[in-house]
Amino acid sequence: MMSMEQVEQARELQYQKAKKEQSFRRKLLRNRFAALGLFVILLLIVTAILAPVIATHAPNDMDVTKTLLGPGQKGHLLGTDSYGRDIFSRIVYGSRISLIVGIAAVVFGAVFGSLLGLVAGYFGGKIDAIIMRFMDGMMAFPFILLAITLMTVLGQGLVNVIIAIGVSNIPGFSRVVRGQVLNVKEAEYIEVTRSLGAKHGRIIFKHIVPNSIAPLIVYATMGIAGAIISEASLSFLGLGVQPPTASWGSMLQEGKDFLVLSPELATFSGLAILITVLGINLFGDGLRDALDPKMKL
Amino acid sequence: MRGFLFKRIIQLIPTLFIVAVIVFFITRMLPGNPAAVMLGPQASAEDIAAYSDKLGLNDPMYQQFFDYLLNLVTLDFGNSLSYNQPIVDLIMERFPNTILLAVSALILAVIVGVPAGIIAARKQNTLIDYSVTTLSLIGVSMPIFWLGVMLVLYFSVNLGWLPATGMGSLEDGFWDFISHLILPSIALATIPTSQFARIIRSSMLETISQDYVKTARSKGLKEFMVINKHAFKNALTPLITVMGLQFSALLGGAVLTETIFSWPGMGLLIIDAIEKRDFVVVQSTVIFVAVIYVVINLIVDILYKVVNPKVNLDSNNGGGK
Amino acid sequence: MSQQLLRVKDLQVEFKSGSITNKAVNGVSFDLDANESIGIVGESGSGKSVTATSILRLIPNPPGKITGGDIYFKGNNLLEMSNNDIRKVRGNEISMIFQDPSTSLNPVFKVGNQLMESIRTHQNVSKKEAKKKAIEMLELVGIPAPEKRMNMYPHEFSGGMRQRVMIAIALSCNPELLIADEPTTALDVTVQAQILNLMKDLQARLQMSIIMITHDLGVVWETCDKMIVMYAGRVVESGEVKAIYQNPLHPYTWGLLDSQITESQESTEALSAIPGSPPDLSYEIKGCPFADRCPYAQAICYETTPELAEPYQGHAVACHFQTTEQQLERREDAYVDGSTSRS
Repeated sequence: MMSMEQVEQARELQYQKAKKEQSFRRKLLRNRFAALGLFVILLLIVTAILAPVIATHAPNDMDVTKTLLGPGQKGHLLGTDSYGRDIFSRIVYGSRISLIVGIAAVVFGAVFGSLLGLVAGYFGGKIDAIIMRFMDGMMAFPFILLAITLMTVLGQGLVNVIIAIGVSNIPGFSRVVRGQVLNVKEAEYIEVTRSLGAKHGRIIFKHIVPNSIAPLIVYATMGIAGAIISEASLSFLGLGVQPPTASWGSMLQEGKDFLVLSPELATFSGLAILITVLGINLFGDGLRDALDPKMKL
Repeated sequence: MRGFLFKRIIQLIPTLFIVAVIVFFITRMLPGNPAAVMLGPQASAEDIAAYSDKLGLNDPMYQQFFDYLLNLVTLDFGNSLSYNQPIVDLIMERFPNTILLAVSALILAVIVGVPAGIIAARKQNTLIDYSVTTLSLIGVSMPIFWLGVMLVLYFSVNLGWLPATGMGSLEDGFWDFISHLILPSIALATIPTSQFARIIRSSMLETISQDYVKTARSKGLKEFMVINKHAFKNALTPLITVMGLQFSALLGGAVLTETIFSWPGMGLLIIDAIEKRDFVVVQSTVIFVAVIYVVINLIVDILYKVVNPKVNLDSNNGGGK
Repeated sequence: MSQQLLRVKDLQVEFKSGSITNKAVNGVSFDLDANESIGIVGESGSGKSVTATSILRLIPNPPGKITGGDIYFKGNNLLEMSNNDIRKVRGNEISMIFQDPSTSLNPVFKVGNQLMESIRTHQNVSKKEAKKKAIEMLELVGIPAPEKRMNMYPHEFSGGMRQRVMIAIALSCNPELLIADEPTTALDVTVQAQILNLMKDLQARLQMSIIMITHDLGVVWETCDKMIVMYAGRVVESGEVKAIYQNPLHPYTWGLLDSQITESQESTEALSAIPGSPPDLSYEIKGCPFADRCPYAQAICYETTPELAEPYQGHAVACHFQTTEQQLERREDAYVDGSTSRS
């Protein structure tokens, strides 16, 4: 017969085990999607870096004797486009544009947006009102329309695409950061720090910035997905990177005109966009759950 | 309520002013002489000078800005060079078409997305739930211009069921009208449908476990009423926020959808005008869309009050966005 | 003695979460006659609310499930009824009110709407008649200017007024049984007494039975005819309120009484004064579930689960040492410090 202590211990162990199993399983389920997303992101990065190694052909090599080939014909994995360029290689190189624009535009938007949000939230009053009114005004444009308008003025080109999408990203970031600043500012320890005579800069960088990082990371991750879609949209409309640079959006636009003869071009370039964006969104969802499940973005 | 409305309308004015300022400065950023760009490379120096004068480009900046504002307030956007008609007419001709497309997409999104979200929440952690969750995640990640092209590929090119481009007219029969509307609406509705399903699922999961739902059951109400009256109306508040955001996104998304399906709306007008380098049309249309967007946001704020009596709209923010 | 209205027999309810199964209610039985009131007392987690909620089969499933027992209401087994039939009982013959009136009324519907909805679900009346009845009900529960109040939303009411509305909804179809799940816990002390008086008054006027779920023995003394004390999903003591008031038998009941005296009235956690915490119900408990916290526990208490026995006529207790042959001597200082004997 077991003593009471042993019974107690056995119960405790059994309970702990069951509890651990449960939370582990739940985590695993949640992380499986996030892990899948991370895998897609890593694949994108590796593809972009190793594009010359992975690609079977030079992306801009034209060959008028081999136009609009089907998949697998004459050594072209996914066939060729109307100029005889290898579709697979162009998709591989297109990942570079997506990745560069995605990251650069978000960094652009994040830097300026955060700065504005920080200033607005921290100082409040008239500065806050002026900045946020301006952000409201920018947000009054449908995102893509603002980018389109900017591209009209700036003209085609990679840098301009980054600027156009980056600028369109500014108001979103400024709002997120301002909201966080206001939250943190309410907190007591800031009051204490301030009453001790700390300087603005010190308060901002010691207390407010670290607290705003988590939502900022989640927002930025989702923002990259949005920027990639935006770049593809602009290129699709002929307002993006300059031809013949391979971009998934411009490939899709070309593919649209050859739907009957070569549906592959449109199909695969779009699929590349979808998978990339889906992967980033999966990862972003997981990130948000992990950092703070209650975060509302 | 009336006080609230008045307040919100007054609040619109600075936002609209800033919209006008932004567009003014973006268009003034245009490299070179806009008149020269718009008239094209064949234009003579005299023509350019004359057109510059007409556009007021030789006036001082503050004069230009003042004239521009005055024109906006009086809805006088001037004439389009390339379309050879007043820009107001041009917009008013296209605007109903865009609204038709956007509203169709929104209705589609509501009738598909909302029930999908409710069912997923009711059958949490079942196959149905997983399907809805997965599909809606794919949906929100969808490049709609690609989806549009794929829809054309399958339903127009391969199957020949539906027309690939253009807008039907009721004079050619109801089917002609509807058949042209189907594919663009589906393409445009994909993202909002998925968003609605996601938001309704999560907010229904929250409301289903609330005490008032237990009360509703304890009163002996049918399960249908418990879910679709008591739980659902409480889940509506977040839906309305997302709906407002999505409707304005629809106006943006319409640019792409209209391009793919050659739908004669404002999006196509903007893209067309960009190609024709008719920046005055671009500028006017963009401002018009922005104004519509702002108005929609106001409507969302008002809907809030209707759905959720707890929201105190007389306080400053009204919980709009 | 009047006819038997409700008979709960050996009720078993489980809650499943992953691989963990909680036996929330484990063999609870009690009877209730027409026009009689019973109090179910215990700490949170004792299974008293689950027992009450099970009567109308309102346990959320999953994770909860009634796994055994019978609940007879006027001779019909509620657990064997079709969903449609039990719906006709809910809110009509048996009504429920809940702990927190600020969350149990739907915030987005007008009070009148929620009242009339209940009436029209069970009675074939026109909208106009339902409205008239609803106004009568609001008047009955003591809400001033009921016609005006009909068009107001729950958040425009005070806590006590909201609970009055809940009572009006619950009583709108003249139920024979009202289940009140901690109806005063979330209210201010001054309002608590008003609501209790209202319920007592209405019980007398409307001739109904009441099941009062509470952790507050004072509420039971004031409003109930008989009571059961629950611990860890089981009944540990039951009988007439008078009998238990004069001669409580179970050491757990003694603990409840002591804590009631020591704790101030405002504290909502009035029962936390018994050292230790209730056992985890996710595994089989060997012996008496209260043994771990019982100052009088001896070896047998960890070995054998005591059966509910009646040392006095109509007064039952589940304790090895409170039988007709032997009795414990109650010590005043038993719960004073953490001196739960564990040797």
